[in-house]
Amino acid sequence: MTAPGDPRTMSCEEFQALLPELIGSGADINLHPHIQSCELCRALLADLETIAEAARQLFPNVEPPDELWEKIESEIKAEAPGVDGASANAAESAPAMHAGPAGDEEEPH
Amino acid sequence: MLAQAHTAAPAKPVYNPVLANPADADVLARAQSGDHHAFAQLYSLHKRRIYSLCLRMVGNVAEAEDLTQEAFLQLHRKIATFRGDSAFSTWLHRLAINVVLMHLRRKGLSLISLDEAMDPAPDEGPGRSFGAPDLQLTGSIDRLALQRAVEDLPAGYRLIFVLHDIEGYEHNEIATMLDCSIGNSKSQLHKARLKLRDALRTYPR
Repeated sequence: MTAPGDPRTMSCEEFQALLPELIGSGADINLHPHIQSCELCRALLADLETIAEAARQLFPNVEPPDELWEKIESEIKAEAPGVDGASANAAESAPAMHAGPAGDEEEPH
Repeated sequence: MLAQAHTAAPAKPVYNPVLANPADADVLARAQSGDHHAFAQLYSLHKRRIYSLCLRMVGNVAEAEDLTQEAFLQLHRKIATFRGDSAFSTWLHRLAINVVLMHLRRKGLSLISLDEAMDPAPDEGPGRSFGAPDLQLTGSIDRLALQRAVEDLPAGYRLIFVLHDIEGYEHNEIATMLDCSIGNSKSQLHKARLKLRDALRTYPR
């Protein structure tokens, strides 16, 4: 007789209740005895892996509208009237900077 | 493997003052000392990433614009306090996330009792997979369908999914940001993925 929760005999419901913790643990779930014997949960796991993998390719970075800087600059001026050198096009006319470790353009999403 | 899915993503930058481009460091230093033109350069450099982050987290263009504006205004107020303990981009990223979280709290999303706030009614929750095998996603996904499905997620699910699976934060980092338990973060992420799976199986392919 096996104990409740025994990986070799657990039901799909028991296994799926454990899934969030198993996935978060970093263990290779494909080696779990239940996965090796259950087509249904194997398909579920494959789907979740596919979704997580695809998520990294989602939502490429997009440009905010040009007017946004004007709004920000206007607020900055309102908060600190002494700001000098402000120009409505300052952000757009700024020289290109190297996108190093603190950069933006080279961090893919 | 699922648990490694996001760790295989490009690593978040680690600040290295030796490797940092001197021109970038100079711009940052000038912005910290109040040079408005330098601040504009920082905006130009980081606007896409911050705006896109806000857009992913709230799923609404108008809100994302407002939140981007608020993030850069906060940056302007706080930039002098940046000490270089982490990469500037990481610091700004976290600042922007905090702006979004504050916004969501004001909208009523309780990040303290995540389970209550984020769990939809039982009949709206992600389906389990007991019984007959379901249609498998066959290893490929229509990206647009997935993007739509993420946008349609309830706010709390989307928040965890975006932070973990898209932005690459670890559960312990998310738990700290959201003031919830690590187990809660894992559980909500799992539910979000299940809900996406349900959605993808119902979208026309």
